[in-house]
Amino acid sequence: MNDRERYTPVAMSLHWLIALLIFAGWGLGFYMHDLPLSPAKLRYYSWHKWMGVTTFILAVLRVGWLATHPVPRLPRAIPPWQTRTARVTHFVLYLLMFVIPLSGWLMSSAKGVPTVYFGVLPIPDLIGKDKAVGDVLVVVHQSLAFGLAALVGLHVAAAIKHQFMDRDGVMGRMVPFLKPPRL
Amino acid sequence: MSTSVARFLSRWFTVVLAAAMLTAVAVASSLDATKSGITATFRQMNVPVEGGFKVFRGTIDFDPRNLKLARARIEIDTASFDLGAPEYEEELRGKEWFDTPTYPKASFISSGVISVGENRFVAKGKFTLKGKTQEIKVPFTMRSESGARVFEGELPISRKAYAIGGAEWDDTLDDEVIVKFRVTTAN
Repeated sequence: MNDRERYTPVAMSLHWLIALLIFAGWGLGFYMHDLPLSPAKLRYYSWHKWMGVTTFILAVLRVGWLATHPVPRLPRAIPPWQTRTARVTHFVLYLLMFVIPLSGWLMSSAKGVPTVYFGVLPIPDLIGKDKAVGDVLVVVHQSLAFGLAALVGLHVAAAIKHQFMDRDGVMGRMVPFLKPPRL
Repeated sequence: MSTSVARFLSRWFTVVLAAAMLTAVAVASSLDATKSGITATFRQMNVPVEGGFKVFRGTIDFDPRNLKLARARIEIDTASFDLGAPEYEEELRGKEWFDTPTYPKASFISSGVISVGENRFVAKGKFTLKGKTQEIKVPFTMRSESGARVFEGELPISRKAYAIGGAEWDDTLDDEVIVKFRVTTAN
């Protein structure tokens, strides 16, 4: 049962890669959206979209991995309400990893600026150019991104609490150099 | 005697010629802006972005059986370029792009049309944009649609040839801009 103490290296890699992309995508999105028109702005938009597509692909892999590899158990000492809260938080986090890139892709189509992955692979437009739809999707995309930021904040706060207050090793399940929990 | 005959003939000739010219002008059909569209597609980092000119006018005089008389004259209001993003459109009206306060109009004036296949033609003519005039060739097709004539075609245009977009854009934005048109004339 030793292998159940921490996430597999694949799950860890996916978790941290996606974490990196979320932070980068969030920061870039926040920075770029009200820049004046410039070549740099258009480059940032392209990069942001590539990050989103990559996040989506990694999220698919991650959920596929999750479905075929059991999640390491939590220490028994953790109260059930916390386990439940963690489960809901994780579920919504996963959901947003899909929904935010999807909303960005739809927004790009509605704005008439299609997504071309790495400048090579055009991602087809599901909806046509429509200013009103585009404006709504901007709000949707931004709100979801702020929602994700709040949930990531909760997620990180919980990890820190487990590591430094509860000292129960829960964080060690996902961080390679930390000690995993005793079950 | 002979001089007065000559004067008489030349006067009549002038009148006939003027009438013929007026008829020719009357025959030229105005394009129907509600059923016409002119777009320009820019490409940045392989991402195509299309905008359309909302205001343009013109006349087309076209008989496929008599191409020698074919004439087209189209005028576009550059400030009417609609990208679907107002904040960019304002920028595009600026000096570095269309500079619409200084150059409010772009125009195409044909000088000749040749046939290049079944219902396929090429119009030669002068295209003026941002005060710069270039000789261009415009391939197009023509078909009749419920009593109207529809001219359709697309051609690449070099934005740099017309000083559209500053040098700092060269890494991001292709020089080639695809102009597409679908022009309908009432017949």
